[in-house]
Amino acid sequence: MEAETLTHDEAALGARRSEVVAALGAVLPADMILARREDVTPYECDGLSAYRALPMVVVLPQTEEQVAAVLRVCHRLGVPVVARGAGTGLSGGATPHRQGVVLSLARFNRIVRIDPVTCTAIVQSGVRNLAISEAAAPHGLYYAPDPSSQIACTIGGNVAENSGGVHCLKYGLTLHNVLKVRGFTIEGEPVEFGSEALDTAGLDLLPVLVGSEGMLAITIEATVRLIPRPQLARCIMASFPDVESAGDAVAAVIGAGIIPAGLELMDKRMTAAVEDFVHAGYDLDAAAILLCESDGTIEEVAEEIEHMSEVLRAAGAMRIEVSHDEAQRLKFWSGRKNAFPATGRISPDYMCMDSTIPRKRLAEVLRAIEAMEEKYALRCVNVFHAGDGNLHPLILFDANDPDQLRRCELFGADILETSVAVGGTVTGEHGVGIEKLNSMCVQFSTEERELMSGVKRAFDPTELLNPGKVIPTLHRCAEYGKMTVLRGLLPFPNLPRF
Amino acid sequence: MNMPMIHDAALHTLIDQVRNAASEGRQLDIRGGDTKAFLGGARRGEPLALRQLTGVSSYEPTELVVTARAGTLLSELEATLADAGQYLPFDPPRFAPGGTVGGMVAAGLAGPARAAVGSVRDYVLGMTLLTGRGEVVTFGGQVMKNVAGYDVARLLAGSMGVLGVILEVSLKVLPRPKAVRSLALEVDEANALALIDGWRRQPLPINATAWHAGELLVRLAGARAAVDAATKQLGGRGLEQEADQDRWAKLRDHRHWFFEPKSAQPTDAGALWRLSVPAGVAPLEIEGDTLLEWGGSQRWLRTRTDAATVHAAARRAGGHAIRWSGSGPASERVAPMDATVLRLHRQLKHAFDPQGIFNAGRLHPDL
Repeated sequence: MEAETLTHDEAALGARRSEVVAALGAVLPADMILARREDVTPYECDGLSAYRALPMVVVLPQTEEQVAAVLRVCHRLGVPVVARGAGTGLSGGATPHRQGVVLSLARFNRIVRIDPVTCTAIVQSGVRNLAISEAAAPHGLYYAPDPSSQIACTIGGNVAENSGGVHCLKYGLTLHNVLKVRGFTIEGEPVEFGSEALDTAGLDLLPVLVGSEGMLAITIEATVRLIPRPQLARCIMASFPDVESAGDAVAAVIGAGIIPAGLELMDKRMTAAVEDFVHAGYDLDAAAILLCESDGTIEEVAEEIEHMSEVLRAAGAMRIEVSHDEAQRLKFWSGRKNAFPATGRISPDYMCMDSTIPRKRLAEVLRAIEAMEEKYALRCVNVFHAGDGNLHPLILFDANDPDQLRRCELFGADILETSVAVGGTVTGEHGVGIEKLNSMCVQFSTEERELMSGVKRAFDPTELLNPGKVIPTLHRCAEYGKMTVLRGLLPFPNLPRF
Repeated sequence: MNMPMIHDAALHTLIDQVRNAASEGRQLDIRGGDTKAFLGGARRGEPLALRQLTGVSSYEPTELVVTARAGTLLSELEATLADAGQYLPFDPPRFAPGGTVGGMVAAGLAGPARAAVGSVRDYVLGMTLLTGRGEVVTFGGQVMKNVAGYDVARLLAGSMGVLGVILEVSLKVLPRPKAVRSLALEVDEANALALIDGWRRQPLPINATAWHAGELLVRLAGARAAVDAATKQLGGRGLEQEADQDRWAKLRDHRHWFFEPKSAQPTDAGALWRLSVPAGVAPLEIEGDTLLEWGGSQRWLRTRTDAATVHAAARRAGGHAIRWSGSGPASERVAPMDATVLRLHRQLKHAFDPQGIFNAGRLHPDL
């Protein structure tokens, strides 16, 4: 019976695929349409490889007219459209839809203009994040948001996720550094959000588009703000005897009126793992290491480094080392930037969480995570954007063991629910995608999720753009609520609702 | 969900008023301190007063976040922040005493530092609002980084109340700069813009610029060493502390004589327009008096030139214009919206306020 159903589904899918490929063939050259299994398999997942789905069709258009035409076809035939940049996202935002088209924007990789007078760059959505700063470098300018994946991730993906990075405490998120986005609606109509001026008439739609995970419109081009590269940057590496005092030191730095260019924390196990990988000379005896960066003019940096060192020492730092040149500064950062690959060397698999909490709750939440290690019998290493309170606990597990995977998922959900309970959020910068759909049931009320659906339908009335992401269905939330209560493993099954 | 709950009579009264208005199809006019009635389209409907919903709900300086209810006086919020050496960097204008936090966010106006530090929207972290269905919902939160769901809270910044009633808002705040100094340079408009274009790409601590009648004011803010170095580099005449603060406050609050038609302007000087244009735009060729702010991105124009010409000039420059004050048809106050963008506006309005009870026409005549 089941086999028959499957066969029937596959036959239906095949017929649908032929229909869609034929319609797309009328607007795109054949070599821009992929529909054979072996050709679409590379697109079956993004950076969240635990979730996979074969897309029905992948298209790789090259011109804006072609993108508009693809959208018109999909809109007419009711085909879901999943936009894709470099596929480096960590929450499954670009996971394909089985009955849908993956719209790859990889060929929109042109830097249209770098304007050193207005300090802006106009780039197509498939341009890599780091490529913008490289192109701006001859003018002494750069693009500030620097997610760890910046050598590969694209600006279109950054807009979709409102990506952050290690410097966003001082320089802001993607939203704060993008002036304008040009793209298409699901109907294939050209549309602009934001402006090269500092505001627009009417509602400010740009903040809704940024971070909307490809669910409201397709981004084709972005105008981003460039800023003057600081004359100098120096980084302090400070060692702490316990995680609590490192957490308190973070509050002390901010409380002293300092906004560091970067303020990152790694725990002892993370430090050991990355030291093995990059040999940066980290203090392996410290329970936690803080990286605290200052940038600006030579005089500014000297003044600030002195102030920061004082505050860190007073907060209990056992050892303080200040980078003496650019090579050493980059070395300090190399471990932090390579935290994920280094973790890959100490565990067959890991799951990266991404919640943000109020800074003052850091020590408390880190202790709670320690307790969870015992509860779920899995290890966890910690690295995070301490200045922003954005945690990245990496839960270590072996995906070949189904029970480890199950415990890992519960561990992750527990961290997210704890973060919400202390006044935080389930995702600071990686997005909801499909990974955190359940957690959205915890963070938002039914009315709030319904209003988000209303926003979705305002832009995309037939819900074809990246359907099934970000906003969980009522049914899913009801099921999730039942599950967590039944298992009784999660600490906040019935958070008070507003 | 992240925000502290609001449980009191003031809130329940508001919810009842909104639900009744929605079921009877009556229009409401959301009012905070009633200090910006002149802004935007004419007011319609019965007043919905937010003045009872007051108080700073939470503030921890080391978190760099403050949460306040909509009816809290802006002056009270700023005093609270000042006690901890912090401030609202976007420097919101106050056109009269009594302005509220909710009004500040709903109007979305920023002062002279806008080009350097960002807008109100950039500092909004979370918000609790009352929708046109009478539902109380919260988006965003009290943390710096938050990408859970659509960024509805920031959409409300500058919305002039057309989507819903802001009940409570969380804002990012910053420590006050260690050093502030202002300089004045004698230059004409074209040379002022050229100087600013040259400074923009350098790592200078320029916090605000303003040009009018042959004088360019520059405010430097940041580390003492950086401000000292920039003072030497830029030249010009240093302004005394008190005089200089007063000058920026007068610009911000439109108490500068340029903005005072009754006392200082000839009666036939025309309407006051605000043009928002990209950086790097040359002087606009429109007859009248001009005051530049935000490195040339915000241009105030007092002119008798017709609305169509002003809108066309702003559009050619890549921006838009708003008639700030002065008489003329309501339809000419702002330029018409692009058809696709207008459709998105109407559909969003419907999602938040299906009966269309909130602040009709305040943001845009078509909404």
